[in-house]
Amino acid sequence: MKIFRSLYDARDKKTPARPQRHHPKSKTATPARADGPKTRVLRGDFRDKLHAHLDLHAHAFFSSLGRLVDSPYTTIMTITVLAIAISLASVFYIAVANLQQLAGNLEASNQISLFLRDDISEASARKFAENIRGNPAVQEVKLITKNQALEEFQTFSGFGEAIKALEKNPLPIVIQVLPKNTLEDGLELEKLLNTFKQAVEVDFAQMDMQWIKRLQSIMELARRGSTVLSLLLGVAVLFVTGNTIRLELHKRREEVVIAKLVGATNSFIQRPFLYSGFWIGFFAGVAAWFIVAVMMLIVKQPIEELSGLYEGDFHMLFLSYSETAALLFISSLLSVLSAWAVLNYQLHKLKPE
Amino acid sequence: MLKFDKVSKRYPETGDVLRNVSFHLQHGEMAFLTGHSGAGKSTLLKLIAVIERCSRGQILLDGHNVNQAKESQIPYLRRKIGLIFQDYKLLQDRTVFDNVALPLLIAGYGHHEVPRRVRAALDKVGLLGKERKYPLALSGGEQQRVGIARAVVNKPPMILADEPTGNLDPELSAEIMHLFEQFQQVGVTVLIASHDISLINQMNYRVLKLDHGQLVAG
Repeated sequence: MKIFRSLYDARDKKTPARPQRHHPKSKTATPARADGPKTRVLRGDFRDKLHAHLDLHAHAFFSSLGRLVDSPYTTIMTITVLAIAISLASVFYIAVANLQQLAGNLEASNQISLFLRDDISEASARKFAENIRGNPAVQEVKLITKNQALEEFQTFSGFGEAIKALEKNPLPIVIQVLPKNTLEDGLELEKLLNTFKQAVEVDFAQMDMQWIKRLQSIMELARRGSTVLSLLLGVAVLFVTGNTIRLELHKRREEVVIAKLVGATNSFIQRPFLYSGFWIGFFAGVAAWFIVAVMMLIVKQPIEELSGLYEGDFHMLFLSYSETAALLFISSLLSVLSAWAVLNYQLHKLKPE
Repeated sequence: MLKFDKVSKRYPETGDVLRNVSFHLQHGEMAFLTGHSGAGKSTLLKLIAVIERCSRGQILLDGHNVNQAKESQIPYLRRKIGLIFQDYKLLQDRTVFDNVALPLLIAGYGHHEVPRRVRAALDKVGLLGKERKYPLALSGGEQQRVGIARAVVNKPPMILADEPTGNLDPELSAEIMHLFEQFQQVGVTVLIASHDISLINQMNYRVLKLDHGQLVAG
């Protein structure tokens, strides 16, 4: 009987914040319960509760990890699937970043190349060049004669011997026109280009800018394509994690029901599952990073050899520290979000009996 | 402590399970809820623990209208009630200590308070020293006492027991009932659903009798 009293008596002193009931017997048994300063009791109680809260988080943090380790096959399979999805998205991202770097090396220039007709003599070509120089929209004009072009070609193309075998110089006279910088507007450039195209001397007029523009629009396409694919892969991550958490919840249904019956709030029940989601996402992110690293190592050498052949100083970009952090953050966040969504839905559906 | 006012419960499939049930349990009162199987005993307990909601009428638990409780308030209402089940509902993969500690962790007690209270509760049901055991290593009577320890560890003002002795032999049943009496003596309101008439008759407490969903005695 003494134990009963003491157990029920301890209550009122220790937990003043909780809803009270009136126990005639226990109350009379503890007449001197306001024996200490009330504020101190409250502060101690608050600190105890805070500790309890942190304890619960720490416990959920580590027990969810332990539970993943307890069923290693399921865990490894889930994490592998997620890691592949995340690494694919990352590889798209890196590929686009590298292409962008490559495109960035090309200087955007407004230069226009005029390839003259074969029957135009060098003298009339010079006259034509002078004419162009008189155009107020033009800043600089450079004439490349057939012989100059051939020399250049022999020196730089590596086809020198083959060219020598030709009876006739096949290269046209080229006039390189640099429009004034004020002509930033595409329309005016287009107009200038068209006037050149209409000239009788000109066989073919080409604006260098167009190539860069084409490359840039291809880049834009690649960027959008990879964004869409990454979004789809992100959705896949959401569903895979969601399904894993749903199965885990199903497996521990009894525990959840009992916790509900003894007064657990949904957030108490959700907590360990949310941490499970976090761990799955985090480890999938780490695994994805390694997959990406291995893929990059495999293609690094051939790409740099290729770049060397073009005399380029192209250096392959890899994930930076901040990008690595973003990768881990996004994969963890996606997993936690999907776990949260699934738990909200499932726990709402789940009634104790 | 607990007041039923013309409470009815209707299921779409089976019709009225409870009809116009009214009674009032005072603070610290102990009562039995009896009746044939299917008379609505379990349903009545479920209404108190807000596992189900009544179709008509009012249920007041410690001054709170249970039927109007929002979904988010239900956990806090349940903490006022210690639930005890016929099948104990213990977590088999957790030790006795962890099972009993669960309501305390849920209510947010700190690590100083939890072991103290768990031991006090286990002491009370006579299981001190078995904290590290798993439920399956215990007898039926011991498992039920773990269930009782879990129900009272949070010191709820009310205990609801659904056929607590249904799986136990008469001797163990009498022990369990004696435990309930002791709780009642320290001011806990106790409501026990049971169809064990001989056991109920041995004890001199109020009996609420349900017959086809209607309260015929009590």
